[in-house]
Amino acid sequence: MNVYDGLTAGDSGDAHWAFGTGFTEPLAGIDRDVPSGVDRADLTAYALMLGDDALVASQLLAAWTSRAPELEEDVALANIALDLLGQARLLLTRAGEVEGRGRDEDALAHLRAEHEFRNVHLAEIDCGPSRMGPSAPGRDFAATTARLLVFSSWKLALFARLRDSADPVLAAVAAKAVKELTYHRDHAARWTVRLGDGTDESHRRMRAGIERVWPFVDELFTAHPVETRLAAAGVAVDPAELRSEVDGVLDEVFAAAGLERPAPVPVATVAGRAGRDGVHTEAMGFLLAEMQHLHRSLPGAVW
Amino acid sequence: MTAARPAARAVAERVRDPELPVLTLADLGVLRDVTVTGERVLVTITPTYSGCPAIDEMGADLRRALTAAGYADVEVRTSLHPAWTTDWITDDGRRKLAEAGIAPPQRVGPRAAGPIPLTLTPPPQRVPCPRCGSSRTAELSRFGSTPCKALRRCEDCAEPFEHVKEL
Ligand SMILES: [Zn+2]
Repeated sequence: MNVYDGLTAGDSGDAHWAFGTGFTEPLAGIDRDVPSGVDRADLTAYALMLGDDALVASQLLAAWTSRAPELEEDVALANIALDLLGQARLLLTRAGEVEGRGRDEDALAHLRAEHEFRNVHLAEIDCGPSRMGPSAPGRDFAATTARLLVFSSWKLALFARLRDSADPVLAAVAAKAVKELTYHRDHAARWTVRLGDGTDESHRRMRAGIERVWPFVDELFTAHPVETRLAAAGVAVDPAELRSEVDGVLDEVFAAAGLERPAPVPVATVAGRAGRDGVHTEAMGFLLAEMQHLHRSLPGAVW
Repeated sequence: MTAARPAARAVAERVRDPELPVLTLADLGVLRDVTVTGERVLVTITPTYSGCPAIDEMGADLRRALTAAGYADVEVRTSLHPAWTTDWITDDGRRKLAEAGIAPPQRVGPRAAGPIPLTLTPPPQRVPCPRCGSSRTAELSRFGSTPCKALRRCEDCAEPFEHVKEL
């Protein structure tokens, strides 16, 4: 008997510290067939794109637990992170089953290398909390609020359309996620107004937060060839279609917060390739090291 | 031999929610279906939130209860579609929540299609205090001890209370 027994004991769901962490049949009850005429590799890639966005965003939000400005906000960010993690698990499970190589959600989350992740850069950039020393503008709660505002406004517009996807699993995940994202977006929007319309210092921080995330906004509306092909098949959403709706939402929030929408910044790419192609920023390596090290050190660990 | 067993549906309906133990899974509306085929029981449940950590606990509790009632072959499936809504909490469930000091959710009805409107200012919500009945209550935080609850406070009796928020 040693202290680590609890980490690897059985899968009965009873011997763990808290609730179990594994869905036994996460997608049961939904038609799982790949719609006819849809390329399996494309659908796998698309489910990974959406799943990775949620997984990486969740990982960074969870880092705020115990670091937020007030206890209620620790709880709120942890709850939002949990919703995103739940969405990620369903999407990665779908990616694994369509791929057909026996990779489950854990294998996809913990055993892929950086260049195999397909999340957008907005999800991965460092918006705080600072690991050492005091928070700085652009790496603080205001920057995290700015990211959550843009991310959830974009995701909500995307998932609202994805409810009609020809892929029955994506449609079911989207229908569930839309309700959650509505809460996330409202939460971030209200904080943006509270900080933007607050003191000089909170206004300055909020503006710096928006400037921090703005260079990563254009990428959200740039279609990858996989998205273009699947949009034509009725499975995916062409992200370019989302721009005017998302701009409208952000403008409404900025107006209420006394903030201005920054000028557009062209997408930073490497030879035209960005997050959807597996090309990431310097933050991604640190993030994956932290997220993956436990699973890699203790394969199959649960709690 | 099978005649002595209680009906599988009745057993499943009595299992309690791990996070809101005043409610059964049937009260909460997460119990979708119970089908008995020969010796085999198939129970279908639905998660409240995508990341609901209690879903496995619910499955384990259902298996335990049905096994104890004499059903040897129990399978619990999780179904995402159609998505759970707080409108599925039964009238009985709402009454039990209120009696336990937790304000039940209001009815939301079917959602409109198309873009989802932003709600910058929380709409004034009349959530009566489950202790004193006062309607002068305010939201302290939209995210409470579990994903499904918000935290409110009564301005008359000054007590904080939880509110199952509308989904
Ligand atoms: Zn009261």
